[in-house]
Amino acid sequence: MPIKTEPFYLNLGPQHPSTHGVFRLRVQLDGEVIVDVEPIIGYLHRGIEKLAETRTYTQVIPLTDRLDYVASMTNNLAYCLAVEKLAGIKVPERAEYLRIIFSELMRLANHFLAIGAFLNDCGALATPLIYMWREREKIVDLCEMTCGQRLLFNYMRVGGMSQDVPVEFMPALKKFVAEMPKFIGEYEQLIKQNEIFLARTKGVGILPREMAIDIGASGPVLRASGVNWDIRKKDPYSIYDRFDFEVPTGDVGDCYDRFWVRMREMRQSVRILEQAIGQIPAKGTVWADVPQFFRPPAGEAYGHIEAPKGNLGFYVVGDGSIAPYRVHIFPPSLMNVTALRDMAIGWKVADLIIIFGSIDVVLGEIDR
Amino acid sequence: MEIVRPEVNTPQEADAVEGAYINSLIADSTSAIPDPDRWIDEAVHRNVFLTTTDTILAWGRQRSIFPMLFATACCGMEVISMSVSRFDLSRFGMDVVRFSPRQADVMIIAGTITWKMALATRMIYDQMAEPKWVVAMGACAISGGTFRESYSVTPGVNRIMPVDVYIPGCPPKPEAVIFGINRLHAKIIKGTMDDPMLSKP
Amino acid sequence: MTVITSGEELGKKIAEAIPGSVVSSDKTSVMLESKSLAQVAEFLKNTPGLDFNYLNFATAVDYIDYFELVYRVLSMEHNHSLILKTRLYDRENPAVPSLVAIWRSAYFQEREMFDMFGIKFEGHPDLRRLLTWEGFQGYPLRRDYL
Repeated sequence: MPIKTEPFYLNLGPQHPSTHGVFRLRVQLDGEVIVDVEPIIGYLHRGIEKLAETRTYTQVIPLTDRLDYVASMTNNLAYCLAVEKLAGIKVPERAEYLRIIFSELMRLANHFLAIGAFLNDCGALATPLIYMWREREKIVDLCEMTCGQRLLFNYMRVGGMSQDVPVEFMPALKKFVAEMPKFIGEYEQLIKQNEIFLARTKGVGILPREMAIDIGASGPVLRASGVNWDIRKKDPYSIYDRFDFEVPTGDVGDCYDRFWVRMREMRQSVRILEQAIGQIPAKGTVWADVPQFFRPPAGEAYGHIEAPKGNLGFYVVGDGSIAPYRVHIFPPSLMNVTALRDMAIGWKVADLIIIFGSIDVVLGEIDR
Repeated sequence: MEIVRPEVNTPQEADAVEGAYINSLIADSTSAIPDPDRWIDEAVHRNVFLTTTDTILAWGRQRSIFPMLFATACCGMEVISMSVSRFDLSRFGMDVVRFSPRQADVMIIAGTITWKMALATRMIYDQMAEPKWVVAMGACAISGGTFRESYSVTPGVNRIMPVDVYIPGCPPKPEAVIFGINRLHAKIIKGTMDDPMLSKP
Repeated sequence: MTVITSGEELGKKIAEAIPGSVVSSDKTSVMLESKSLAQVAEFLKNTPGLDFNYLNFATAVDYIDYFELVYRVLSMEHNHSLILKTRLYDRENPAVPSLVAIWRSAYFQEREMFDMFGIKFEGHPDLRRLLTWEGFQGYPLRRDYL
């Protein structure tokens, strides 16, 4: 008599230590092998797009902070770029450099958390995360020195920055940039040749090149699949065309590649920071004098940046009043989880956690 | 608020049941919050005598409250900041972060609770063993914060479950959370039934 | 730099290949007839020289008289982009062909538009509410939702 099996539904989340927030997965299992995965999102849907319609252009900036709260200043930048394009505002030179400096600091901060949490998911509980957090706290200190907040900075404005950095900032940043390569080397040494880590990640959760393009993936997930696509290079915004840096890519598209692309991107970020410190004008205004209740002309604009997680875009429609008519947020994390099902089928539940961890999502951005 | 678990067979049915429950939660939230002490009858209030054993137990309890990781949004980052070496929650006997509500004593609600999440939040609260405490961290958990006008955000987590300590801020700095935890310690020591602060006038 | 393809030139090309599909075109965007959206998308993706293989974002805007759907498509090979637009005048039952079969990145975005605007995507494999819950009343991002 043949043994019959029934599909078994396993519910992961929305409250689960490895879901990086409130992500929910409905997994269909055959024994321990994954047959189907259905991501269920919306547990952090706060209606930011609706709230943005009721506020002025400047008041939307604090809302954008709460999208990708791991690297919140990059959201401000994407939104400000879109509104500046709509209103035709030119940003002062010093502010452009400060924007670059803070976006790259945010990229470092995000990748520290991404790698730390990814190793947490692999089973190296807490230790790597605590190491990574030591470096992240230094970045947080730099930002706190500038704008007084530790997490949701609300620092950028349409037309520049809300205030100049204090005098202590530049020496502290130079010190941070000088010691960073040593720490990154330390982490590479710590993780890269770990036998268990390699066994858990190499060849797991492969995202093929064609599928990565088809699902609209971006950021390290797309580049790990071998696509050389970085908006900083392909469609330079702000003043990224003045810097010399490389775009690391992977070849297979497995979990290891995604980790390794992030690790190498951190080195490139440090390179950009070094150049920015050398080139930044010592004095100058940081804010093009934009009135508090400015009225951009009716029209539409799309601003996009290479956020740490991928292509973050803002589509802003104005109707000539002080409030935007519509703000659409295009989040990279939402696109990157589209292929989770294809990547996870055939693997075991423990691998699903690693695959999901390697995508590096943040739920504030997915659910908005 | 009790949780009814109907028979479900397919994922679609489960979604429909969940949606119906969320709608009923919203309907409930329009009425006034009932008095949490209403189950204690007058006779108990007047006649039960509590000894100092309670104080000793509470003193021991406040030194080792296991927090549960309940990080829904931005404030979760500050919870991680607190638990790693710089701010170091171990100093308050909170170093063992539990992932299961059944092993935890205090639930730090860090982040926005939406109506869709409300059901899960309540279920987790119900699964925690007594005695249990709830800390609402950040403006969103207290009152909805920046997102209060939104159609999908709860106007404060006290609409779903009782809260002991509120820590304001968006997000609160780790120092503020440590202060809030100190307040919770004080409440654990004093918060017995004969406490004049908590009993009915 | 990503080249923004001239909508006027491309509009002519599309109108030649699929007659009656283009309503109007300007420098940056092409306005399409909503019924022919899937055909045009397929044409844009598979024509050599255009190769729009990457759907960047898809969204809808409620202009009260009509819904405007906005798609930004991109070619990674040639590094050029285009904005496609289409208008839906039926407020009670707006419907448009789904693009999931052509670009899979439309999967979540179309579900989101269904959830937020109530626009039906014909041919979508699993059109359910995405961000709100089952049994949610109304469509939040419509201008008349309060």
